[in-house]
Amino acid sequence: MEGFLVALVIASTPLLFATLGEIMTEKAGLLNLGVEGMMLIGAVAGFGAGYTTNSPVIAVIAAIVAGGFSGLLFGFLTISLRANQVVSGLTLTIFGAGFSSFLGTNFIGLKMSESFITSFEPFKIPLLSSIPIIGNALFNQDLFVYGGMIVAILLGVYLYRTRKGLNLVAVGENPSAADASGINVDLYKYVHLTLGGALCGLGGAYLSVVDVPQWQDNITAGRGWIAIALVIFVAWNPIKAIFGAYLFGGLSIIGFRLQQYGISQSLLDTLPYLVTIIVLVISSTRNSKDNGPPKGLSVPYFREER
Amino acid sequence: MNANVYVKMHNISKTFGLVKANDSVNFEVNKGEIHALLGENGAGKSTLMNMLSGIYKPDSGSIFIRGKETIFHSPKESINMGIGMIHQHVKLVDVQTATENIIMGMKGGFFVNSKSISGKINKVSEQFGLLVDPNKKVYDMSIGEKQAVEILKVLYKGADILIMDEPTAVLTPQETKKLFETMRKMANEGCAIIIITHKLNEVMEISDRVTVLRKGKTIGTLITRETSPKEMTDMMVGETTNLSIHRAEVLRGNKVLEVDHIYAKNKQGVDVLKDISFNLYEGEVVGVAGVTGSGQKELCETISGLYPTESGRILFKEENLIGLTPKDIIKRGISMSFIPEDRLGMGLVASMDMVDNFLLKVHHEQKGALVKRKPVAKQCERIIKKLNISTPGINHPIKQLSGGNIQKVLIGREIDTNPHVLITAYAVRGLDVGASHTIYDLINEQKRKGVGILFIGEDLDVLLGLCDRIIVMCEGLITGNVITTEVTKDEIGLMMAGGKMAGIKKEEVLHAND
Repeated sequence: MEGFLVALVIASTPLLFATLGEIMTEKAGLLNLGVEGMMLIGAVAGFGAGYTTNSPVIAVIAAIVAGGFSGLLFGFLTISLRANQVVSGLTLTIFGAGFSSFLGTNFIGLKMSESFITSFEPFKIPLLSSIPIIGNALFNQDLFVYGGMIVAILLGVYLYRTRKGLNLVAVGENPSAADASGINVDLYKYVHLTLGGALCGLGGAYLSVVDVPQWQDNITAGRGWIAIALVIFVAWNPIKAIFGAYLFGGLSIIGFRLQQYGISQSLLDTLPYLVTIIVLVISSTRNSKDNGPPKGLSVPYFREER
Repeated sequence: MNANVYVKMHNISKTFGLVKANDSVNFEVNKGEIHALLGENGAGKSTLMNMLSGIYKPDSGSIFIRGKETIFHSPKESINMGIGMIHQHVKLVDVQTATENIIMGMKGGFFVNSKSISGKINKVSEQFGLLVDPNKKVYDMSIGEKQAVEILKVLYKGADILIMDEPTAVLTPQETKKLFETMRKMANEGCAIIIITHKLNEVMEISDRVTVLRKGKTIGTLITRETSPKEMTDMMVGETTNLSIHRAEVLRGNKVLEVDHIYAKNKQGVDVLKDISFNLYEGEVVGVAGVTGSGQKELCETISGLYPTESGRILFKEENLIGLTPKDIIKRGISMSFIPEDRLGMGLVASMDMVDNFLLKVHHEQKGALVKRKPVAKQCERIIKKLNISTPGINHPIKQLSGGNIQKVLIGREIDTNPHVLITAYAVRGLDVGASHTIYDLINEQKRKGVGILFIGEDLDVLLGLCDRIIVMCEGLITGNVITTEVTKDEIGLMMAGGKMAGIKKEEVLHAND
């Protein structure tokens, strides 16, 4: 059981980063369906930079920059050039897949060095890690896992307790109200899109740099899409995102453990995607004012439109 | 320059494409003054105010705030100069509390200190008599409360030049009265208040001075107590007009529609129509009064077969309509036109032209697999002439017409089907005097033809002028069913707020008189 929980938290970490990134983006009223692409770009950038320099710090920075840049690109297309958000997002996914494949051909089969891997070894947090059952899973992990939880909590505080966060919510809900209150709507969108992209990039890099850590083509394997569904499932709430990510992380690894009972592996592999569909159906029937999507989601805003 | 002149706009011009929205407009407001800005739709009132609040930039002309020439590059700069705009449709974030909305976009510490902010908000709200619970979420508020938050928002930011864009459009008479008290208080505290409106009685009641715009030009500024509604209308329209609403005297015919104990629930399981019963006769206009969201929309949709009922019957000439499809109901000659707040949401497709919009209604009566546009185009040409619709042509997208013309297209289409029952909701929503009267005339014409008309309206003066009978709705209940000539505006206002009719003649009495 404990081993399962440890593996669950690890499997949920890339989902958590990507979900938080997309929450930030959608809170600004932008629907970026390019999460999968941004994760792949982050993954290949992180792996490439890490492998070449053998520096974990540079690997992380490269993933952040690459992910952030891909978010910025989406912003340029949809905010400045006023392109359609859905089409731009899908394009970004296709672009990310091709781009990572192209750069990744040089890395196929390569593995990170031992010294690199040790810098992402789990380390125990005293006291907390000795809590029975969940102690090891939550408090004896690598830096990325802690980072994901901290970012989730910070984002929660940011969205609901700070002025900038409240302004962001206003931008996503009712951009004309935000504009009339003197908030720079486009700037808010750009900034949070970029930060959201950076988080997605980090999620992808966790897979290539820490979890696997070896380059494989299409390393994210649809996790970006699950993250988009997760955003809806957790009702755009970063704190709930932690638990949502655990649920799907668990589903993605439960297959290995159920195999011994003679259930078809192919069937088990479909579990996360099946549950995604079920979750989306359930959330679409839920009708609560506080748990709904930002009202301005995917609606472009231009001030002088009439 | 006089320091009491808070706002001076000099020779302002602004063009949108080919339309000259403002043409050398001059406008001045003093400290402590309530100044009405009056004009028909498209006269350029909103454009002018959007320039004062920094949303649009003027093409030419200059703006002086407290004697200092100012150029606004963004709404923020206008806010910093103490200008606050209260928009007609409240600009609030539903999922946030009053406090969160009020501090939106303001500078301050990184974290929000709700306690100290709530304290400050309470202080401002007491000063001006605006009662608002700072921790209430906007989606739980009534329209009056939302507007109070909107006003607090600008006052809290220290604005002393307030622009109010048709603030009474969505309020009950009682709420309007309260708003006017607040406005007076603000003016006494030294604010300069601009109120955009086309309701003349409100101009007379609340303003100190009034500036009239027509077709983008300033026609003149008058002192309110030295003028009359008649004079203002003439300036607004540019010709001598007859203000009063004409009610066609028609002998009531047979009963065409009987709504019998209708109950309906919405998706959340909340009752939206509770025990609704009334009759509609040929050659009769029945008005429906009520605050927005009291069940008017559901009532319209129930009769046209779009909304499911829990129980009850709707009889059209003895035939129960419940269970029939909307198409069948239309075939029997029941026609509905509903003008929603955005004026386009129901009935017309904004991006399609007039011909295609007409085609929507008639295509299933045409034979063959392909639609025929030619006969419909002729019909459109005829209606454009008849209703005096101003449009570049029948193939022009509807959304580019002005609000009044869009409404004429919708109502024109409905009337052209020669209905037995015409349901029209908010037919004159946002229309100016001239366009409204065209619509009233259309309704009277239908009445003379013996059509039973259900007229859902917002403006009580219009309801009282046009209708034979008024049904008042409040929270899904009928709180009054009264003969127009025997009721006052205040009585209807009370019923809108939920007060049951007391001592007022009921419909049953009317029956006895038949």
